[in-house]
Amino acid sequence: MAASRGNNSNPARIPALGLRTFALILLSIGVMYLDNRENHLDAVRKTIGAAVYPVRLVVDAPVRFWQWLGEATTSRNDLQLELGRLNAERLLTNARLQRLTALEAENARLRALLDARARVRDEVRVAEIMAVDANPYEHNLVINVGSRDGVYDGQAIVDANGVVGQVIRTGLMTAQAVLISDTDHALPVEVNRNGLRTIAVGTGEIDRLELPFLPNNADIRAGDLLVTSGLGGAFPAGYPVAFVNSVTRIPQEPFADVSATPAAALDQVREVMLIWSAPPVSDVPGDAEDPDDE
Amino acid sequence: MSLATRKTQTMSRGDAGRRTPVIVTLVVGLMLTIMPLPDAAAPFRPDWLALLLIFWAMQLPRAWSVGSAWIVGLILDVSHGTLLGQHALALCVIVFITVRFHLLMRVFPLSQLTATVLALLALYQFLLFWINGVAGVSSPLVAYWGPVTTGTLLWPFLFMFLSGVRYRARSRG
Repeated sequence: MAASRGNNSNPARIPALGLRTFALILLSIGVMYLDNRENHLDAVRKTIGAAVYPVRLVVDAPVRFWQWLGEATTSRNDLQLELGRLNAERLLTNARLQRLTALEAENARLRALLDARARVRDEVRVAEIMAVDANPYEHNLVINVGSRDGVYDGQAIVDANGVVGQVIRTGLMTAQAVLISDTDHALPVEVNRNGLRTIAVGTGEIDRLELPFLPNNADIRAGDLLVTSGLGGAFPAGYPVAFVNSVTRIPQEPFADVSATPAAALDQVREVMLIWSAPPVSDVPGDAEDPDDE
Repeated sequence: MSLATRKTQTMSRGDAGRRTPVIVTLVVGLMLTIMPLPDAAAPFRPDWLALLLIFWAMQLPRAWSVGSAWIVGLILDVSHGTLLGQHALALCVIVFITVRFHLLMRVFPLSQLTATVLALLALYQFLLFWINGVAGVSSPLVAYWGPVTTGTLLWPFLFMFLSGVRYRARSRG
């Protein structure tokens, strides 16, 4: 016990403890109020975030090192197999891309005929997911780009297969994104087959989305691909979101019970793409805005 | 400012030497807090920083009190991306209780101390739950009771380890 007494030889009360605590509690409540209402405290968040950045880097380092080690010690045989696979994949993708160029030209022509505004191509940038856990109450991830790189709140994030989520908080060098599987996330989608519009809501399970607002007679079936409809304004239209995996129609219920599996492997992705898209056509009339103008 | 002068008065001797171990443990605690865990284990991640602050507030209540807890809480809020001030408030409250009763807690046997820590952690999570409720953040309940359980189970070991750290830091200084 003597060892733990330290130089607090006078065991008197800590001065003004209650008062200080009270003041800090009031301060916390004030800060929470400001933070919840608007993003008044973005600067504070960014400053502290920059201070925490080295810690995030250190936590991320072993994972990165492990990956690097894995890559450095891959056998020649594996590399050759991988190379073959990638080459084949590239050939296929290139073939598809050729058609895409033609289609894009055709689309632009048709849009010109219809007198609609030309679709602006989305700009894309690759970001890496940092191996750090963020909010314990939400499905989210931290990426290694921030406002320094032009990332903004609400920006869409996709991976090679589909939509991953969107940025919710932008720091200077990192940004936090919410996954589409989060319970608080809802995403306007349409069925690729027939253009049926609805909303895909996260369930809190990483591999399941729900479509709660489809009537029993809606034309939707298992295997349908859902793509972003672009209606919310946050996501550009036409990115794959999920595949419907079950449709249960209960006659006495007003809505069908539809669940879908995200197209992106939300829990496995390591690299994601950030999309800088032009504002939706109908929203802002007659301006061709710089995509990374914030 | 009065806080700073008080600190320099009480900690004039071996100030840096006294503070380093605490800061190092807190930084390590922050790392453990944001370290990735498998999805199944993530809800059971102990509240490392809460445990560390309880220990240090109990042992060095003049240097590590509600003010430091508040700052650590803000850092925690930013790195978690939760409502700014949420963890700050919760940590502030449990550290207040710890400092208020630190003399009592020092003479508790380990079993009783662990029970106290259980209560403190439960209060901490309850405050977080409450604030989440007011702010409209919904999350599975396991995210609240998981850390309390593992934190309590961990406390005896952490306590012995940190006592060792403290003893060594003192004998070196």
